[in-house]
Amino acid sequence: MNWTWFHRLGSPPHIYRIAGTLTPWFAWPAGLLIVAALYGGLVLAPPDYQQGEGFRILYVHAPSAWLAVMIYGVMASAAAVGLIWRMKVAHAVAASCAGVGAWFTAVSLVTGMLWGKPMWGTYWVWDPRLTAQLILFILYLGYMGLRAGIDDLGRADRASAVLAIVGVVNIPIIRYSVEWWNSIHQAPSVMKMDRPSMPLDMLAPLLMMLLGFTLYFAAILLVRLRAEILRRERTASWIREVLR
Amino acid sequence: MSEFFAMDGYAIFLWPAYLVTLIAILANVMLARRAHAEAKQEARRRFAIEDEGSSP
Repeated sequence: MNWTWFHRLGSPPHIYRIAGTLTPWFAWPAGLLIVAALYGGLVLAPPDYQQGEGFRILYVHAPSAWLAVMIYGVMASAAAVGLIWRMKVAHAVAASCAGVGAWFTAVSLVTGMLWGKPMWGTYWVWDPRLTAQLILFILYLGYMGLRAGIDDLGRADRASAVLAIVGVVNIPIIRYSVEWWNSIHQAPSVMKMDRPSMPLDMLAPLLMMLLGFTLYFAAILLVRLRAEILRRERTASWIREVLR
Repeated sequence: MSEFFAMDGYAIFLWPAYLVTLIAILANVMLARRAHAEAKQEARRRFAIEDEGSSP
């Protein structure tokens, strides 16, 4: 088997160049999808039979919660690759994920509170789903704090990678909390085994939002990765070439 | 139109939720672009100092 692609995948100048080329291909579809989904979610989708117009918070809450968890998955996977194969670019990917992940975990918590108040009568309860999501936020902050606290880059990469990997246990807890425990949080309407329990005009904007947010994250990650690679390579001569 | 913005009484919860999300989306675009611009500038500065040191 030819492994050249794998070695090129680990080559910083190659990644830097590819990331720059790919960014607009993720950013533009993301922007279009999010704008279309906004119109679909706020205008075209019918009100919910139980929650009326209030259910529309779904279109910002679910995609941010999805990003919060998905980004953690990307971060921990990249950290594991970096730890196992000592691939520096993988550590750079993991480091680029944390800030964005923390932002969208915060958004999922805040939008959830704003949804909880009218529907449950309270902004916050120490419910399994909510608590696990708060722990996810703390994990992100811990990861960033740990990186910031270690001067040596190699040690910071390895220590934060271990933290990211250990924190993965929280992910299935978030996912299944509404099934394992008697949670106040509603059960999933889309990401479940049988068919989604939603009419199409309600579902389509949500799916577009989920895809739009995912592509948006890909674009942000690529830009952050380029910054991270420049900072890490410091003196490499190829940087001279690309900055010219 | 005002009926749309009233969101059947949910406006005080719904619009802040959308606003917070919008802020996060825009902030992360800005932060990522700034990080990249700063990293480029920092590299350019370093190379300028190096070049000065090597010339007679």
